[in-house]
Amino acid sequence: MRTRQRQGWKWKTTWPLHTMLLPGVAIVLIFCYLPMFGLVMAFQDFQPHLGFFRSDWIGLENFRLMFEYPDARQVIWNTFLIAFLKIIAHLIVPFVFALLLNEVRRMLLKRLIQTFVYLPHFLSWVILGGILLDMLSTDGGLVNQLVGWLGFPPIFFLGDGDWFRITVIASDVWKDFGFSTIIFLAALAGVNPEMYEAALIDGANRWRQTLSITIPAMIPIAVVVATLSLGNILNAGFDQIFNLYNPLVYEKGDIIDTYVYRVGLIGGDFGFGTAVGVFKSLVSLTLIIISYRLAYKLAGYRIF
Amino acid sequence: MHYRSTSYRIFSILNGVFLSLLALLCILPLIHVLAVSLSSSAAADANLVKLWPIGFTTEAYMVTLGNDRFISSFGISVLRTALGTVLSLLLSILVGYALSKETNEFKGRNGYAWFFVFTMLFSGGLIPTYIVVQKLGLINSIWALVLPGAMSVYNTILLMNFFRTSVPKALEEAAFIDGAGHFRTLWSIYLPISLPSLATISLFTMVGHWNAWFDGLIYITDTAKYPMSTLLQTIVVQRDLSSMSVSADEIQALSNRTVKTAQIFIATLPIILVYPFLQRFFVKGIVLGSVKE
Repeated sequence: MRTRQRQGWKWKTTWPLHTMLLPGVAIVLIFCYLPMFGLVMAFQDFQPHLGFFRSDWIGLENFRLMFEYPDARQVIWNTFLIAFLKIIAHLIVPFVFALLLNEVRRMLLKRLIQTFVYLPHFLSWVILGGILLDMLSTDGGLVNQLVGWLGFPPIFFLGDGDWFRITVIASDVWKDFGFSTIIFLAALAGVNPEMYEAALIDGANRWRQTLSITIPAMIPIAVVVATLSLGNILNAGFDQIFNLYNPLVYEKGDIIDTYVYRVGLIGGDFGFGTAVGVFKSLVSLTLIIISYRLAYKLAGYRIF
Repeated sequence: MHYRSTSYRIFSILNGVFLSLLALLCILPLIHVLAVSLSSSAAADANLVKLWPIGFTTEAYMVTLGNDRFISSFGISVLRTALGTVLSLLLSILVGYALSKETNEFKGRNGYAWFFVFTMLFSGGLIPTYIVVQKLGLINSIWALVLPGAMSVYNTILLMNFFRTSVPKALEEAAFIDGAGHFRTLWSIYLPISLPSLATISLFTMVGHWNAWFDGLIYITDTAKYPMSTLLQTIVVQRDLSSMSVSADEIQALSNRTVKTAQIFIATLPIILVYPFLQRFFVKGIVLGSVKE
């Protein structure tokens, strides 16, 4: 054992490992760490032609602006609200769906259902955005045909702020509820069938078994999922919003990521855009650290 | 036994019907898109098409596949997917192997691990990353779509854990005693054992590259070099046909609803084709666990 411990330091035995790490380290250094130095822009009145060194330093001015612009404040609120509702929906819907799927005894039907519900997860928001723009159109889109058939006036799903939020959350749940179910099904697969047999002998009906065996088996993983999603409280889904929104719904549908793209990258206000991005990164980092601590405390979960 | 109770039977049937409807709801939009793309434009524009083509024609596909821009973007997507997947897999294997060593074998291990994990927690964000890519002169290069995301820390951790739990230590030590170095051990012992997980990771990476569109939108300014997802984003979502470099007549043809849906379906097709393989990998474990009743 002693020799092994000393070997850990020896260049002679470890150089291949360092060599293996080299390409990965280089990529991460260039594309992940180098940009972090660019964060100084958040404290500058950054002008691309002057660069990092000659642009004026303005301290926390960009951050002050962020909390003063009604626009920016609204955007932070939208982000939080949409992300929060998505997190809740993504906890409840897959949980219930897993419970119901667990009661399907015909394997073929179960497999078929799974095949269908996992599929949308793998489609991009460009494809789904294209499909939704077509189906939700007020000009005879399939969904509005159905709405009309039920006797209601057409709904501006993507043109009215409140409906936009509902559409965003509903379509996100539609895309991912199946895939999010996998983790709960895995928890259920780990339940020993003898527990159900024992419960049956004790006279418990299926509902009683669900309450006493199935649900308790899913609670620990639900706690982990809930705490880990805390880090996503400012991730409202750039890809989705970007492909669905339009100026009509900026007020209620614009989120931090889309705002940074529009104001920062397209509008050319690099310093301000970066400041908003930094704000988001710092809040997320703090929450991720808290959530991992919590997940470890509550459910003994660790990533390594 | 207990499934015989009448109330449970009723529940069971209702449950089966409800879940089947829910499952259908997940693929109905795709069926609708396929039906519209195969219909005559008159029927499509009059909103007559629901889930079955009306006035069946493949004209929309002919128009789409006859457009050079669309075909070349398809090629670029294939290229970026191939390059990106190979590179990403290579990096994850090498880094995953090195990090799978214990600290007593490899002292620097924890330092390296944190170096990678930190990037999952904090990033420079959109604008600084864009400036780095731009300063490196990668704008309009296929490498701008491949290099920035080439090192997937998430996949690397998955592989590292797999290496740690599934490769027998005894096998590795035997290889070392026989004089094999780290590279040799990785190649001859680790890789053959991990083929299924490597396949899973590759498939997920491929889907990710195929679907990626935003990097194309910001790093590629020459629309002739757009990958397909980005091209689709501009024509179907932004409704901007300037990237197609076509005459006014063709714009008319391309903005047609049937043509748009045909484009959407063509972009979806590769995903649908690899989906059965993908699904086999992630459902297997779960199904195996649940059949023993």
